[in-house]
Amino acid sequence: MRYESPKTTKEAAGLLAKAKGNAFVLAGGTDLLVRLKSEVIDPDLIVDIKRIPAMQGVTKTAAGFRIGAATSCAELGENAALKKAWPGVVEAATIIGSDQVQGRCTVVGNLCNASPAADSVPAMVAAGAKAVIVGPKGRRTVGVEKVVAGPGKTTLKKGEVIEAILLGKGGAKTGDAYLRFIPRTEMDIAVVSAGICLTLGPRGIIKEAKVALGAVGPTVEIVSAATKVLVGSTLDEATLEQLAVVCSAACRPIDDKRGTIEFRTEVAGVLARRAAKIAYQRAGGK
Amino acid sequence: MAFDTQYTNQEFKVVGKRVLRPDGIDKVTGRARYGADMNAPGQLVGRILRSPHAHAKIRAIDTSKAEKLKGVKAVVTAADLPDLTRGDMGMYDTLENCMARGRALYDGHAVAAVAAIDADIARKALKLIKVDYEILPHVTDVDEAMKPGAPIVQPRIRTVGVNPAPTKPSNISQVSEFGHGDLDAGFAEADVIVEKSYKTEQTHQGYIEPHACLASVGPDGQAELWVTTQGPYMQRNTCAALLGLEVAKLRVTASEIGGGFGGKTHVWMEPVALALSRKANRPVKLVLTREEVFRGTGPTCSTSMDIKIGARRDGTITAAQAVLRYQDGAFPNIWGMLGAMTAWACYDLKNVKATAYDVLVNRPKVAAYRAPSAPMAAFGVESTMDLVAAEIGMDPVELRIKNAAKEGTRASYGPTYGPIGIGPTLEAAKNHPHMKAPLGANQGRGMACGFWFNFGGQTCVDLNIGQDGTVNLAVGTVDVGGARASLSMIAAEELGIPYEKVKCIVADTASLGHNDTTEGSRGTFSSGMATVFAARDAVRVLRERAAKTWDIPVDRVEWRDGKAHAFGDEHGNLAPLSLEELAAKAARTGGPIAGHNEIVADGAGVSFATHICDIEVDPETGKSRILRYTVIQDAGKAIHPDYVEGQFQGAAAQGIGWALNEEYIYGADGRLQNPGFLDYRIAVCSDLPMLDTQILEIPNPNHPYGIRGVGETSIVPPLAAIANAMSNAAGVRMTHTPMSPPRVLKAIREAHGA
Repeated sequence: MRYESPKTTKEAAGLLAKAKGNAFVLAGGTDLLVRLKSEVIDPDLIVDIKRIPAMQGVTKTAAGFRIGAATSCAELGENAALKKAWPGVVEAATIIGSDQVQGRCTVVGNLCNASPAADSVPAMVAAGAKAVIVGPKGRRTVGVEKVVAGPGKTTLKKGEVIEAILLGKGGAKTGDAYLRFIPRTEMDIAVVSAGICLTLGPRGIIKEAKVALGAVGPTVEIVSAATKVLVGSTLDEATLEQLAVVCSAACRPIDDKRGTIEFRTEVAGVLARRAAKIAYQRAGGK
Repeated sequence: MAFDTQYTNQEFKVVGKRVLRPDGIDKVTGRARYGADMNAPGQLVGRILRSPHAHAKIRAIDTSKAEKLKGVKAVVTAADLPDLTRGDMGMYDTLENCMARGRALYDGHAVAAVAAIDADIARKALKLIKVDYEILPHVTDVDEAMKPGAPIVQPRIRTVGVNPAPTKPSNISQVSEFGHGDLDAGFAEADVIVEKSYKTEQTHQGYIEPHACLASVGPDGQAELWVTTQGPYMQRNTCAALLGLEVAKLRVTASEIGGGFGGKTHVWMEPVALALSRKANRPVKLVLTREEVFRGTGPTCSTSMDIKIGARRDGTITAAQAVLRYQDGAFPNIWGMLGAMTAWACYDLKNVKATAYDVLVNRPKVAAYRAPSAPMAAFGVESTMDLVAAEIGMDPVELRIKNAAKEGTRASYGPTYGPIGIGPTLEAAKNHPHMKAPLGANQGRGMACGFWFNFGGQTCVDLNIGQDGTVNLAVGTVDVGGARASLSMIAAEELGIPYEKVKCIVADTASLGHNDTTEGSRGTFSSGMATVFAARDAVRVLRERAAKTWDIPVDRVEWRDGKAHAFGDEHGNLAPLSLEELAAKAARTGGPIAGHNEIVADGAGVSFATHICDIEVDPETGKSRILRYTVIQDAGKAIHPDYVEGQFQGAAAQGIGWALNEEYIYGADGRLQNPGFLDYRIAVCSDLPMLDTQILEIPNPNHPYGIRGVGETSIVPPLAAIANAMSNAAGVRMTHTPMSPPRVLKAIREAHGA
């Protein structure tokens, strides 16, 4: 097993492009090292991206925020501006695992691990986050929802590596929220989850809405029916009930050791309803 | 020298205080040496290959490629562990569990092992071993295993305890029955009869430290084993028997232990490590992974049971019946029987019966888990007690008080009780402020009781006084819950010296006579008793030395406050001689000063607990949160109250995890799906509120200090206390543990609709 820690994104992409056998990117390692230790994977090459300056930290840009791929989730929680603009995304990133795990793990790692239950992904999708991908053919930017192809699979091509996540500015009229269900209080994986982002127009009427559900299908489920239910409403009781119904209807979950189809389907609606209330309040709704 | 074991109401100076623990600094700084922390020159890394099948015939094992791999020093299979058990079936089961013999009996059953110069080579070697399996039908559910036509787990088993003795093999290894009176007459007298069936899923003790050992066998037959265990003597005797070693030549040292809870009262991979070392002629270190701990060591039983209680409107229970089905994994055991013995132990019943079926399935060999078998039976019984209370409109605490066992009650499992604590814990619960605290929406309160026998057994202790008057206490019971502190306190109490002057160690098996395993909450009870007597033995020597120094008769010397005092008209003016002074002069008065004791500590006092639990249930998700929890338990005498409270809290915490989320999940293929702490969900710290405790002290008449074991009883009530609280919070009666959110939400939907 070869270990490399390049200094630039281009160098990292080059190593991955040339790699023979099993190559893995190491960011926080909270998934990779566990899989390595439990002998699920047998890497030939590990490319550690933590020494790449372009992948470090949260920066404010003209368009909003740029989160370097090697930035730990704990750092997101410590960034006041990001927290104020995207509280749902930050919450999702800072409920992963435990304090110790959050000190290492990254949202990009969470995304590329491609688990249907990844916490940060529904929140990022709802918030309209984009991924900056660097590869042998240069640089491209895609919506986060385009990165995951299925459980454990991404759409990244050989030699491609995500350098950063981009988020908009947010704003006084925009609010996001993320809720997940776990049977315990921490150290757990989402059984079902919901990320919601709302933008309000005048008189508290919802102008834009995006709802993304986690762990109810092979990839994040973007519920377009929920957008239709929400837009134009002031999130009254009837709307909330309808939101729960359409979210449950959008679920395509499986029965497994973490939950049942029945449970996931019902609770997806409950979480969507509860998250919508939080997002609405954060967007200035009353 | 014989001593009186009877309780005397003596006044204590050290016992009952909250002194500093002696192992604290080592444990928080990482200096403490656990099972995996010992190394030897030239040691190899051991690894075990395990069956991926729930049940399979092993046609052949080809180890030739693994043996040829550079760096591999030994490969062992069952052929390297010949059967030396001479008809001892219990020992044979242990041997077969260490290493499959022709058949893999469960997913995770060891089939071969390697020792190599490093972990990487050992891992590669495992992949080079080819096992030719013929997959056989399997059964993992206890009720399925009892059905006619179920796959037979152990063809040699004929059910014990039925007449006439069966001739055909069965998965029911044993049927046992306890009770007295006339059930039919009792149920005929009842105004109400409540019957309910229950199921509990399999749980693991969840100790944080995986099994680990360092084994070294020399060509001269001398061997050493460093191991994390609750029973170094058990390890020595079992391993010596399985490997054909002489007991005295296998020296076993128990490491510091990172939790055992009963799971380390058995032999697992240690004979394999010794066999590898013997074959490689090098020390072998074998450390299990977490996955191996789940798949290849012993959890507790999953169960299925039917409980029936008949009562009069005034609350008198007229008849009580339990039918219990416990799975013991792939090897016969008595776990169902223990369930039957404990089921009704809290109550004074005229007509009572408990029948237990011990059942084999294709799962790992079941091991002890803290008050083994009692929590499941109590889940059924204490849940049904609440149903009876509701049926007759009586307060659940009052119903239990009315039927509580007391001194003189003939227990359902046979003996007649001496002074016991069930009544007092119930009265304490009734009067506890927790019982009157207000509850909010979706919140409910429940309570339940629990019982555990406790155990005494063979014990041997040495007490040696150093030249400066400090004291070494060597015991053979592993310190799983503060025994070193408690035993040091007892030695200090008897000698009349400060606690800080005593240093207690857990000795290796070559240094003391046999000590039974630390199980059955016996550590502080039995080693405490032996420590009292060893210290009194040392006091006898100290008095003799003082008498010799003063040249007066020894019966004119008494020991008080750490000093020898001469008394009587002609000697009363002699200045007392302190322990330090006598120790300093020991070389001139007869040599080292020591005390010793070996006993079979009989008379372990039974222990009872009553728990109160407040819970909130989210009616939309089925998620529950424990809001408040109170443990009330009889300790006999709390030697070190911090540790006693810690035991109460720890037991309750494990019971809460068991009640809410922990379970072994098997797929249709008979494979364990959640062998890790991510999906085997023990309660994490933030899941629990501060667990309040109340220690009652009803002295055990059979111990000089009144000690009862305290470590186990409080894992018994939580399952039912939580089910009862949940019933009051959400209006659903949960009869299947874990009461996980999907199950609770389903029950809510079924009870109340969407």
